Amino acid sequence: MAEARTLYEKIWAAHVVHEEPGKPALLYIDRHLIHEGTSPQAFAGLKAAKRKVRRPDLTFAVMDHSVPTKNRHLPVLDATAMGQFEALARNCAETGVRLFDMHSANQGIVHIIGPELGITQPGLTIVCGDSHTSTHGAFGALAFGIGTSEVEHVLATQCLLQFKSKTLLVRVEGTRPKGVTAKDLILAIIGKIGVAGGTGHVIEYGGEAVRALSMEGRMTMCNMSIEAGARAGMVAPDETTFAYIEGRPFTPRGKDFQTAVDFWKTLPSDPGAKYDEEVVLRAEEIAPQVTWGTNPGMVTNVTGRVPDPESFADPVDREAATRALQYMGLKPGTAIQDIPLDYVFIGSCTNSRIEDLRAAARVVAGKHIAKSLKAALVVPGSRVVKAQAEKEGLDKIFADAGFEWRDAGCSMCIGMNDDILPAGQRCASTSNRNFEGRQGKGGRTHLVSPVMAAAAAIAGHFVDVRDRHWNVDGVE
Amino acid sequence: MMQPFSEHQGLVAPLDRVNVDTDQMIPKQFCKLLTREGYGRLLFYDWRYLDGEKPNPDFVLNHLRYQGASILLGRANLGCGSSREHAAWGVLDYGFRVVIAPSFADIFYNNCFKNGILPVQLSDAQVDELFRRTYAKEGYRLRVDLERQTISDDNGLVYNFEIDPFRKYALQKGLDEIGLTLEHEAKIAAFEKQRNPQAPLFDPARVDLKIFDSTTK
Repeated sequence: MAEARTLYEKIWAAHVVHEEPGKPALLYIDRHLIHEGTSPQAFAGLKAAKRKVRRPDLTFAVMDHSVPTKNRHLPVLDATAMGQFEALARNCAETGVRLFDMHSANQGIVHIIGPELGITQPGLTIVCGDSHTSTHGAFGALAFGIGTSEVEHVLATQCLLQFKSKTLLVRVEGTRPKGVTAKDLILAIIGKIGVAGGTGHVIEYGGEAVRALSMEGRMTMCNMSIEAGARAGMVAPDETTFAYIEGRPFTPRGKDFQTAVDFWKTLPSDPGAKYDEEVVLRAEEIAPQVTWGTNPGMVTNVTGRVPDPESFADPVDREAATRALQYMGLKPGTAIQDIPLDYVFIGSCTNSRIEDLRAAARVVAGKHIAKSLKAALVVPGSRVVKAQAEKEGLDKIFADAGFEWRDAGCSMCIGMNDDILPAGQRCASTSNRNFEGRQGKGGRTHLVSPVMAAAAAIAGHFVDVRDRHWNVDGVE
Repeated sequence: MMQPFSEHQGLVAPLDRVNVDTDQMIPKQFCKLLTREGYGRLLFYDWRYLDGEKPNPDFVLNHLRYQGASILLGRANLGCGSSREHAAWGVLDYGFRVVIAPSFADIFYNNCFKNGILPVQLSDAQVDELFRRTYAKEGYRLRVDLERQTISDDNGLVYNFEIDPFRKYALQKGLDEIGLTLEHEAKIAAFEKQRNPQAPLFDPARVDLKIFDSTTK
């Protein structure tokens, strides 16, 4: 009987092209996603060395990081951003890589369109010059972010030199309470294991509460694996996965699809497979989460308070918390629900899929954002999501509630376009990073779920979305 | 081409903060540039400069005693967050050849090696001691010997550090990893061919983009 293997070990073993003792393995890459931000130097390097793109058919390009989210029909005024777009278009044209440019009906955030187009499938190795590539692991793929030198390596060879990671199983057992979403699960996990808790590891998420999640919810969780330090996060593929994939453009069709499903069913970890580490959480014990500091591990329950830096035992943590509170303009002991907001951002590769928008729309339907807010943005993750939302009338619900309805892109998660959080302003954001200056220099980010962001927009401050009057039934 | 690394001696600059992320190293607005060069001036931009790019006197790298530093001493989880290699380009272009910390984020750690920067991982206690010595003595310098895997100072301090043998070798030689991989071209081709019978599983379905674009509008 063969040794029991984890999902990660199975995918790893199936992709080793070459191995020598004492050296990293040469790993085959099935899908390479590229965008305008981290690819130009890779193409330039390739050209300088007179090398070719080995498999343009396995490479997919999209414009997402710097694209404007309004008036896209007008010329882009940001000359440096335009330089990126032109470089990507030229590089793709010269090498035969398929590009979804900013006018494509399929344009969107790279980690939204990969799954949406069926480029992302179980058992594949997927890389992208973007740390949130971990998102694609939700399908039972091995997906991780790489640097630009590695982007160039994959373009040239369709392979990467990789050291094998350790494995960490995070089980969330039990049933999620109403109003507690996938975002709250992953924030609670990061709060528990810390922002470096997953370093050197690939995380596999399991347990009843994870199995019960939709693909959208699983993607939200895997997306933020990197915020726990893990390059990749994974969920074993199951019927939920297969149902999501079937019929998408780049997926196998007809009889091939059945062959694929039969193969995908062999991927989940074998009974008795061993992980290097294991962490267990109970879903019932998890409350809606809100970050108070400048990394995603600085997080607490919505019913909690801003902690006192003096309460941290480690002097380094105490110093970090002091600095974080200073940056965030918060006083120790302030109730999370008493923190007033200036901006709300619903978007990013973490939470801008159709389910996220539906959940947020249900919360705001028939209501209006607080007068104290300066702006509230809804930025769909892709143009397909946007079109679907418009078909369902969600754009109208958001607009009536006082939200701005925008075109697809990374937007205010990273602020590489005009969607920048001004200095000193406080934002409830469904994105993934609350780092200093992430949404804009001096901007203050609180990471939350889409329903929390929606409810906070109405109230003007954080609220407990589990309270009866918020419409949060069945959210992921 | 990557500069080979064997030995290095230099002034140490202390960055006494945990979880320093790559967004701080090179903020997003500079990730729109198309080159690998010129990021040294932009390193730690928001911490380093006040409005109008006036040096912020409170930021450690602006202190006179750390001018010309080529060894960056940091805290746990250095380089977390974004995969942007711009961070490593900035570190190198600023003049750092060595970064020392109790732990590094995986992608940044990797990116350092791709650019001829040696990341040295030491214990918390060792890093504490280095911070103590750096603060105590103006002009505190360290010697880093990659072959022997040691760092040492003039006052008898010698620490050994661990490094993967392949990474060490690649750094010493300034290896072109792509060239190395291309030597396995036959194996890569064989790997692809062996998977052909299962092509529908591993190759994307062929889609006419024009048709597809219009059907999903």
